[in-house]
Amino acid sequence: MRIFTFCTIETGQFFSSGHTNNWAVLVCTSRFWFNYRHVANTLSVYRSVKRLGIPDSHIVLMLADDMACNYRNPKPATVFSHKNMELNVYGDDVEVDYRGYEVTVENFLRVLTGRLPPSTPRSKRLLSDDRSNILIYLTGHGGNGFLKFQDSEEISNMELADAFEQMWQKRRYNELLFIIDTCQGASMYERFYSPNLMALASSQVGEDSLSHQPDLAIGVHLMDKYTFYLLEFLEEVHPASQANMNDLFKVCPQSQCVSTPGHRTDLFQRNPGSVLITDFFGSVRKVEITKDTINLTSSLKPLIQSGDMQIESLTYVDQLPVAEIIHQKPKQKDWHPPDGFILGLWTLILLVFFQTYGIKHLKHIF
Amino acid sequence: FRFPSPIGHISTCPSLIGQCCKTHPGSFQEELVIRPLHSGDIYASFQFRTLWDTDFLQEGQKVSHYRLFPKSLGQVLSKFSVRELHISFTQGFWRTMQWGQPFIPSPPGAELWVWFHDTVSDVDGNWKELTNVLSGIFCASLNFIDLTNTVQPSASFKPLGLGNATDHRFLRYATLPREIVCTENLTPWKKLLPCGSKAGLAVLMKSEKLFHSSFHSQAVHIRPICQQCSSKAWELRQTLNVVFDLHTSGQGKKEWSLFKMFSRTLTEACPLASSSKVYVDITDNPEGELFELSPATPLLGQAVVLGDRRTYSVYDLSRAETFGQLRSFNLLLRWKGDSGDMLRPLLHAERYVAGFGLQTGEIHTVIYNNHPYRAFPVLLMDSVPWYLQLYIHTLTVTSKSRDNKPSYIHYQPAKDRHRPHLLEMLIQLPPHSMTEVTVQFERALLKWTEYTPDPNHGFYVGSSVVSALVPSMVAMRTNFTQDQPLFSSFVPVKEESSYFVRVYTEPLLVNLPTPDFSMPYNVICLTCTVVAVGYGSFYNLLTRTFQVDEPSPPLSKRLANLIRRMRGVPLLT
Repeated sequence: MRIFTFCTIETGQFFSSGHTNNWAVLVCTSRFWFNYRHVANTLSVYRSVKRLGIPDSHIVLMLADDMACNYRNPKPATVFSHKNMELNVYGDDVEVDYRGYEVTVENFLRVLTGRLPPSTPRSKRLLSDDRSNILIYLTGHGGNGFLKFQDSEEISNMELADAFEQMWQKRRYNELLFIIDTCQGASMYERFYSPNLMALASSQVGEDSLSHQPDLAIGVHLMDKYTFYLLEFLEEVHPASQANMNDLFKVCPQSQCVSTPGHRTDLFQRNPGSVLITDFFGSVRKVEITKDTINLTSSLKPLIQSGDMQIESLTYVDQLPVAEIIHQKPKQKDWHPPDGFILGLWTLILLVFFQTYGIKHLKHIF
Repeated sequence: FRFPSPIGHISTCPSLIGQCCKTHPGSFQEELVIRPLHSGDIYASFQFRTLWDTDFLQEGQKVSHYRLFPKSLGQVLSKFSVRELHISFTQGFWRTMQWGQPFIPSPPGAELWVWFHDTVSDVDGNWKELTNVLSGIFCASLNFIDLTNTVQPSASFKPLGLGNATDHRFLRYATLPREIVCTENLTPWKKLLPCGSKAGLAVLMKSEKLFHSSFHSQAVHIRPICQQCSSKAWELRQTLNVVFDLHTSGQGKKEWSLFKMFSRTLTEACPLASSSKVYVDITDNPEGELFELSPATPLLGQAVVLGDRRTYSVYDLSRAETFGQLRSFNLLLRWKGDSGDMLRPLLHAERYVAGFGLQTGEIHTVIYNNHPYRAFPVLLMDSVPWYLQLYIHTLTVTSKSRDNKPSYIHYQPAKDRHRPHLLEMLIQLPPHSMTEVTVQFERALLKWTEYTPDPNHGFYVGSSVVSALVPSMVAMRTNFTQDQPLFSSFVPVKEESSYFVRVYTEPLLVNLPTPDFSMPYNVICLTCTVVAVGYGSFYNLLTRTFQVDEPSPPLSKRLANLIRRMRGVPLLT
């Protein structure tokens, strides 16, 4: 949250970004216990984004499997990012919007493009407009040009690029930051062609992204290297921080990450050095201070009951009315004759007719 | 309920004609019941009840001022014309034989059953939208509830609230046995409480402790009730049942405290609550020989719950002296002796799949009646998904190795990919017997896209529901009064000699024949290779001509040819 001050430099910076609200779409696409690290990756970005001010109503969190309450987890309701269980990124206040089998390519693309069925609740929708900055974070297993969803389907880089183009055409974002942490992640942003997109990936084409450290008590690798160092970087960022994108590009150099992180800024209009981290990871809240008094008119009217309230005999129903159940008549449904009965009946009539009156009448029919 | 006069009893004004802007729009009560179990485990049950005298379904009057009642649920009730709503999320299975009967039973996974108002014209449409809205409120995948797993019971699940009409066309029941319960379901549930998780009993709900238990169930029950039976009020009950295991909670000592169970102690009651109490069941400990309870309390209460008269030590959190000098209340329960065998519960049910192979199988449901001399009827409801095709002609019900014909059977066969099987039977259980219901089934082949991403895990079949009126040892109270504690006033009692109980069986996990999902890829690769090699070579042979192409001659030969051309002599090849 930024406090509105009268300092001109602050004012200038406040209005330079051009966005009025922030959204985040965080997706973990892997299932099964040994992919614990992908859930931990997504939850650490969720934690940072919440800490920097984006509320739950503006975050669409998709986790393909449940690690916290998995029966294999020796510490239920926790997901750790550091070994020796230093940091629980799951916490006590978490709202997952899409979980388990709901994390599919179709649902992900529908969330991005906004083409959801009308009965979808608000918490599952990305209600962004043309002044929204959106952060999209994907993690899972991937390859050259695709990302695997739940071991059964995949999304290609062309589909992703087309989805972003749809978003641009419908003016669903002002600026978009795309971060991906998978093997050969840079292949996923190669095909982007819409404006105002900035992308970061944990490895180049032909390289694998590696996991960071296992925890012997839990038995699996806890985080991926890139997101681990990204989390460490984001823990230093606070809502009024002036860190910019160039610092983000320097996160996890090859000496730490073994793979070479990549980024793409040619589609982005502003200079990355002038883009603040909090433009995407934090949340803009504009506060207007006024010194005038505002009168609130009372709109409560007295409740006028129309006549006598009919108090019907208020009773409870018998929970197991045995006598009533035994004598219950079955529901009368419309009776249809069995299939083929009508056809058989007509065949029988025709046969009997021609049996009695002879074959010569057949020529009148055919 | 014998109890020294309660303090701070807020009475709600009955809704009369011409009442304006009600001064007391409702009341909120919270209580925690702790019951030590015979195996050393402990069962804690939280209940939060919000009462509100208003009518969501009244024509022309939109409710817009919410105080204690959560707005998200109020809007859901009025938009979908819901008369009663019961939703529960459970992790683990309730072990009746070791733990007795729970106060409010629930099956593993998620269960939702709703009675709609009789003014609704399209019940299925309302049901579909309601499940989607609830999936957003509770962060659960309730949107997977559709017509393939919804049933319309014909005799079970009668409304627990007020009402005369019981046309079962307005009832819908669905269960998702696969649904996982974790902190993301607890977080929105806690936010529905008036005090949230900031004050009162809800501060004890820390997810790290609640989910590290043998059984965890959270539920929301909304129904209309009558207050002194002159006016209608809406009741919202939020219940959380949890059973902590002695050995996994560590330290090995046979003692329990609020701090050990929840890693928190109580510091104050919820300021919005009209009553906030903690009850500890001391019926098995009349002289204090089984366990020792501290701090001691002079308040004792008795209640008839589940057909038995139980005695409770009561701690009233609205009194300042309960918190003592340290302003913190921590209950300590130390086991002294070894408890004997638990009294066997009168009704118990089990279910399992028999058979071998991936084609056929048999579902066995076993119901035990442990009453020594009384027989009583039970209503068994089974909802089996369509891909387990039941052969109803093989249905047998046997008690004491003799055929037991049910007095009422309602069977609705499944329609592939449209509706599940529904089987409801009213069976009379002979005293001290075991009744077995068996039915054979065949597994269907699903289409390729209908398999889940992990099909080798298996497919779940929801729990069976056994509803019964069990003869009670103690006379039950038939009139509801305000003074009754919440845990004994959930189910309306019509007659004194029996109490209503619902028992859920285990869900089943069956394997369906699973195809090899890499086969389409394999087939495409193989076919394309064969076509490319076979047809491609043939095509080349037919349509291409071959020419001999000479490589360019070396430099010396080219010079020699140049000289020969000048001389007019034939060239070198």
